[in-house]
Parts: sequence; structure tokens; C-alpha cells
Amino acid sequence: MTAALLAADEPLVRWDWVGDHTDEITELFWEHVTLTVVAVGIGFAISMVLALVATRWRWTYEPLAGFCSVLYAIPSLALFGILVAIPFFGLGFRTAEVALVGYTLLILLRNIVAGLDGVPPEVREAADGMGYEPWRRVLRVDLPLATPAIVAGLRIATVTTVGLVTVTALVGEGGFGDLINDGLSRDFSTPIVVGTVLSVALAIAFDLLFVVIERLLTPWTRDRTPRERSSGDVVASPLASAPAPAGGRL
Amino acid sequence: MTESLRQMWDYLSSDGAWSGRNGLPSLTWAHIRISVVAMLIASLVAVPAGVLLGHVRRGALAAVSIVNIGRAIPSFAIMALLLPFSLRYGFGLGFWPTVVALVLLAIPPIFTNTYTGVRGVPDEAVEAARGMGMRGGELVRKVEVPVAVPLIITGLRVSAVQVVATATLGALVAYRNLGTPIVTGFTSPDKGPLLAGALAVSLLALLTDGLFALAERRLVPWRSAAGRTADTGVAAEPPAPAEPAALAT
Repeated sequence: MTAALLAADEPLVRWDWVGDHTDEITELFWEHVTLTVVAVGIGFAISMVLALVATRWRWTYEPLAGFCSVLYAIPSLALFGILVAIPFFGLGFRTAEVALVGYTLLILLRNIVAGLDGVPPEVREAADGMGYEPWRRVLRVDLPLATPAIVAGLRIATVTTVGLVTVTALVGEGGFGDLINDGLSRDFSTPIVVGTVLSVALAIAFDLLFVVIERLLTPWTRDRTPRERSSGDVVASPLASAPAPAGGRL
Repeated sequence: MTESLRQMWDYLSSDGAWSGRNGLPSLTWAHIRISVVAMLIASLVAVPAGVLLGHVRRGALAAVSIVNIGRAIPSFAIMALLLPFSLRYGFGLGFWPTVVALVLLAIPPIFTNTYTGVRGVPDEAVEAARGMGMRGGELVRKVEVPVAVPLIITGLRVSAVQVVATATLGALVAYRNLGTPIVTGFTSPDKGPLLAGALAVSLLALLTDGLFALAERRLVPWRSAAGRTADTGVAAEPPAPAEPAALAT
């Protein structure tokens, strides 16, 4: 560690540096967004299939969730390490995405299943009575009613992924993580602060976006009072799903 | 891949893998040491806070916000940010920046689960205890905390696994642990130490999870033997909203 960081007169953030690097920061912003959206998108598609399998054939749930928990417990750095050693993945986008997708599965699977399980049996029976075929009922009745829980899962998965992307910088795909890495290697605090603040801001922005999406997707919850809503979708409340994989999993 | 596996085998059969300051035993020990320190600090902060707020039945908003904020802050960023200050104020490289990041990571799950557990103690149980003349501290010690134990352990378990996993990142701020061979291995043609380190740290994380699962079973025997007596059954019932949380380890 050289003197630059140690020098007490060096400010924490040098704003002129930020001004000089807006193009680079914009580029990293899009990289961060792309990595996150691709990971959550693929993770959501996979977990949706797994959740439908798990609710249709109940016995598959435990093994599926177990597999995802093991995946979730593997440290990100270790997973990168293992993938990097495989030539097909190596240093780059594929390694980053496989790891990021892997970490979304447990959160999403649990929340989708919890949401589908939360559909009242009377509603199912009514739909069956109205002549819905099983899969059409899942699509038109069960999934819409499970939306709050599913969105809650997506929020946790997305915020977690945004944080994890800062670590994928190590395999060469890191969005704002590149700034943090760059600052660390040059003993220069400005990019570290900028990268951290922007990464947290992006996580919050995504979170708010999902709140809006949920409102649009579930118009029927809008005229209820907040109190009713919070008791209605227990599973979806952040408190309920929070302790699960709470905290940035990095 | 086969080449990498061979390199790992070569590394594991060399003396360097098992002795000295870069050997796996010493790296594993460093990894465990920092995880334990972080978990102790986090528990000392989060459990009393969760019990207190749960007891006075206030602070639901805090419980939610702390978790949400905690999730958005990347641990790696905290370590990177703290490193210069740690150096400037004489705390040295790696260890303390990593501990602080790990403590911040560990607090939310412990706090929220403890709070949810204590807060979720059924009103009837609290009232019955009050009727028996229990007040304040006694109520907390004899009723609320015992009932909340399953969730408190769940919180500790979630945190411990994440702490062990995330301690790996300490290697990036020069805290020598099982992450070190991984980080140096990224750019090295010899993938042996990298794979060995990656496997070792994954095993350690899974072992931690298993250890807490075991503790859960030993300390909360009534959970596995469902419906022994009515009163323990009620006491063991976790509050409804917390159930998915407890599952999602």
C-alpha cells in the first residue's frame, strides 16, 4: 500500500475525477444493469419452471430446494474460482452469469412456491368449477394471486444480485465493481466511494421499480387499506421473506 | 478441466499445501477465526437489541428497514472503503475492515429473526405469564426468549453461513484466508491452489450450515418430536409470518 491513501490531505472524493470519467461511469452503469437483468431474468425463468414442478409434484420440492440451498451456501469467490478453471466459462460474462443466476434460484423458488401455496383452496375450487383446465388455472388464477409473493422474491433477488455484481468485477465483468477494484489496486478512494454509492443507489432504484410494477400488476390490492394488505399477503411482506437470505450475500 | 483437477491433485500432494503460513490448515484457521469474531460481535449487538424491541413490541419498521438496507450494501465495497482508514488509524491491513463488513452483514438476519421470534410470542402466553406474576426481566428470560429460541438460531444460522462465505472476500483486502489462493489463482496458470481453496471454503460453509442445523435439533427437541405435550407445542409454534423466513435458509 503506497502513500496516496495514507496521505491525510487526500480528500475522500475528488470531484474533478468524477467529472472526467462520466463516460466510463455511464458505460459501467449499463454493464451493471445488463449483468443484473440477465441474471435475474434467467434465474426467474428457471425458478418458475422449478416452482411449477414442485407444486405439481410435491415430493420434488425438498430435493429441489436442497440443491438450491447448497448452491446458495457456496461462497461467490469459490464459485468463480471453480468456473474460471473450466475452459468453457473462463474469465468473463459466462462465469459471472452462471454464478449470479445460481444465487437467485433459492430466493425465487421459495417465494414462488410460497405464493402459489398461499392461494386459498376455495379460489382454486371455484376456478375448477368454472371449467378452468389445470394449467390454464395456474396461469390465469394461481399466478396472478401469487404476484405479491413473487415480486417480493424478485426484489430480494435483484437487490442481492446488484450487490454481487460488484464482486464479479474479479472475473472481468463487474459494472460499478470495476471502480471499486480499480480504486483498491491504485490506493485511490474516489472510485471506491463512487462505485459503492452508485451500486447502492442502483439497488434501491431496482427495488422501487418493482414496487411500481407490483402496483400495476395487482390493481385489485390498491383500494384496500394498508393494514388489510399487510395481513393479506403475509408471505410477501419484506419482514416475512427477509431473514431468509437477508443481508448482501457476497 | 481435467488439467485443473490434476493440478489440484499435485497441489494437495505437495508439502506446501499442508504446512506453513500459506498451507490450507493455517488458511482455514484464519478463516474460522475471523468468522467467529464477527459472529460474536454481531450476536452481542443484534440479539439484545432484537429481544428488547420485541419485548416492548415496537420497532417493526426498524426490523424491516435494517434488513433491506443491509441487503443493498455490498460487503466487498465496505471492505474496500474501510481499508484506507484502517491503515491510516493503525488498524493494519485486512482483518478489521473484513470484520466490520462481516458484522454488518451478520446483524440483519440475527436481529430480524430475534425480533420476530420475541414479538411473535402469543399474547395468551405473555398474559398467562403475567398472571403468574412475572414481570419485565423474568418474563423475557423465562418465556419470551425460550419461545423465540428456534428463530434466534435460524437467524444465527443464516448469518453464520453468509459470514463464512463472505469472509473469503477478505482476501481482496489482504486478509490471508481461504480466499487468498482463489484470488491469486485467477490470473495464475496453475489452478491447483485455486480449486483446493474453493472446495475447502465451500465445504466450510456447508459444514457451518450443518452444524447449526444440528444445534437447532439439539436445542429445540420439541420441534422434531411434534405434539408431545400441549404447552410445549404451543410454545414451539413459531409466529405465522416468520415461518417462510425460518424455512428459507
